[in-house]
Amino acid sequence: MSVSASTLRGGPPPSHPPTPEDILATANALRWEIGADFHEQLMEDIYANAARIASRAVTRPTDKPRFDLERSIDRIVTHRIWGFPIMVLLFMLVFWLTIEGANYPSEFLSSVLLGTVYPWLKAVSGQIGVPWWLDGLLIDGMYLATAWVVSVMLPPMAIFFPLFTLLEDLGYLPRLAFNLDNIFKRSGAHGRQALSMMMGFGCNAAGVISTRIIDSPRERLIAIITNNFALCNGRWPTQILIASIFIGALAPAYLAGLVSALAVVGIALLGVLLTFLVSAFLSRTWLRGEVSTFSLELPPYRPPRILQTLYTSLIDRTIFVLWRAVVFAAPAGAVIWLIANVHLGGVTIAEHIIHFLDPVGVLIGLNGVILLAYVVAIPANEIVIPTVLMLTVLVLGVNNVGAGAGVMFELDSAAATKELLVAGGWTLLTAVNLMLFSLIHNPCSTTIFTIYKETGSRKWTAVAALLPLGLGFAVTFFVAQVWRLLAGA
Amino acid sequence: MKQELIHQPAASACASCPAHNLANLQKLGVDMANWDYVVALAGNPNTGKSTVFNAITGLRQHTGNWPGKTVGRAEGGFVYADRRYKIVDLPGTYSLLATSLDEEIARDFILFGQPDVTVVVVDATRLERNLNLALQVLEITDRVVICLNLMDEARRHGLIVDDRRLARDLGVPVVPTVARSREGLPELLQAIDDVATGRTVCKPYRLRNESPAIKHALKILIPQIEQVFPGLPNARWVALRLLDGDERIIEAVRTGELGDLTRGAEAEAEQDLVLRLEAAS
Repeated sequence: MSVSASTLRGGPPPSHPPTPEDILATANALRWEIGADFHEQLMEDIYANAARIASRAVTRPTDKPRFDLERSIDRIVTHRIWGFPIMVLLFMLVFWLTIEGANYPSEFLSSVLLGTVYPWLKAVSGQIGVPWWLDGLLIDGMYLATAWVVSVMLPPMAIFFPLFTLLEDLGYLPRLAFNLDNIFKRSGAHGRQALSMMMGFGCNAAGVISTRIIDSPRERLIAIITNNFALCNGRWPTQILIASIFIGALAPAYLAGLVSALAVVGIALLGVLLTFLVSAFLSRTWLRGEVSTFSLELPPYRPPRILQTLYTSLIDRTIFVLWRAVVFAAPAGAVIWLIANVHLGGVTIAEHIIHFLDPVGVLIGLNGVILLAYVVAIPANEIVIPTVLMLTVLVLGVNNVGAGAGVMFELDSAAATKELLVAGGWTLLTAVNLMLFSLIHNPCSTTIFTIYKETGSRKWTAVAALLPLGLGFAVTFFVAQVWRLLAGA
Repeated sequence: MKQELIHQPAASACASCPAHNLANLQKLGVDMANWDYVVALAGNPNTGKSTVFNAITGLRQHTGNWPGKTVGRAEGGFVYADRRYKIVDLPGTYSLLATSLDEEIARDFILFGQPDVTVVVVDATRLERNLNLALQVLEITDRVVICLNLMDEARRHGLIVDDRRLARDLGVPVVPTVARSREGLPELLQAIDDVATGRTVCKPYRLRNESPAIKHALKILIPQIEQVFPGLPNARWVALRLLDGDERIIEAVRTGELGDLTRGAEAEAEQDLVLRLEAAS
């Protein structure tokens, strides 16, 4: 430290010019004098000042409105008993609108992309004499996979995401967190985990990042590990599609949409239940500790800005997820085409793998094709269904539906998709277990990488990836055994 | 309202010149290559910070009616009156006592980043609770503009918020806004520009009614701090943090990081003055 001002002016030199350590020593000594409630005193001082300044600036209306609409709504949606049924009904409505509304645009898109553009591309490539393998890789592999993803996923996303964003914009999600807070506390987790779980319903990687709002490392780890049980954007379309073609079909036509919506909501609720169970398990075993308290502010309801919501949900979510799917679908399409067309000992690579995985798959009520699809789809859950369909065609070797081995095909309706899957050996059990496995399996590679970045620990990253996978195998195995027992009896 | 706050710049150019602390800003990850001023955006969760951010920058950071939406830091820029501003959206917090990661991010940025202006977005319908944070920000920096947001909701609830009174009490510009519909944003930008360029000099309200024991402790500690770190703008706040045993601040005192704040600012201020003189001659 330089010479102090008083020395320069010829004043009495300080006995010892203070150093940073002196300051800290003084502060330490003084800390004993000021009393233990110093922190509270500071806070009270701030609060008192804030209250005084605010009261001078704000004039409240003299006559209180007789009826406070917001508080009345809050009393209903955060009601101890009615809160949950209202939540289920609201989400049912959202999925019902999505499932019912997505049919027509989906058919239209697939008839354009697969029915018109695809034959045209094939014709053009035939005319200019593109070699068969390049034509197969680019058009039958990459183009078809991409086109499939767009036609299957775009319509439900374009309906679901704006509806979900509207709920968010209205201020409903914090009420949901409020309803769930008590259960989180009983699971030994932080109440703010409700918020990170809500983020996870959009994207698990974002959900994992949002756990930064949780201060305690123990509770944060619980929130990170269980975030995968919040059904993410990439998995909603799988659930919606499988529910509408297998579960909805069980009911009479006028109830089909409602029953499918119920199935999807059921899966999402199961995810919430698993979040609680796994949190409770972790907080009683490896991550034992105290539960922190926190305050959750219920924001005022705000009239949603419809156009703005449409815009941001289309740009931020729909286009984002679609882009991600396309980016992963194109190379995956190429990989699938390759493993379906490269032969080893007279059998394609894909068939080798599928035959190897089949016993395990059948044991847990799935099949080798689905397991292989989940391996191919580690980068993005979005492409599971397209991959399953491509591989099914390959194994069946059917040319009547598709255009040949490893080639995606024109499926202009949900019924045709179902026909193909049934031909591939699918039963109702396969569909139910696929929905379960889609909820309970390892997170996508982006999320795994985010978990590693956030925790900085290989061990916890491995736990976060393998725990849900193991649980998924256990649950589907159990369901398959019980199902077969009952069906056999 | 502004009339009351505008004071002619002091004789010394240092009092008014824009002096951001380049070294520390870069350490905090802010690229200042193409910017003249840096503005920090602070506020309680769910007061519309991100909406203000989007409205000013034209970016479309996702906003939601959702406390805790912005966890990290978002950055953007805008140009006002030919001056290039970098704006940093800090995580929403209720306080700056650094008890959680988001509070620490916000606190460190306001303290060590030394933004030219810190805009505190407050919810006009919940003024009392929002002022807790605003008062804490005013303890750290005096270059503050209060953005009194959600005025439409306040009106809907029949609340009358006297922004002039608030500005007088807090000693900094207060601009009523409705960020969702861009109401009051031109005035907000003008106020930011005025504070950044030193046309408005703030006289921020500081907490003063402490107990005798604390008063005594501060009387001993503050002179020591000022002696070691001359020119520190917030010696009282530092003293309180040290008494509270704040690890991050203790560390900043020990390593001399706190001194860098004053020295960096002074050095740059001088450099800026030289440049201006050269340009004038």
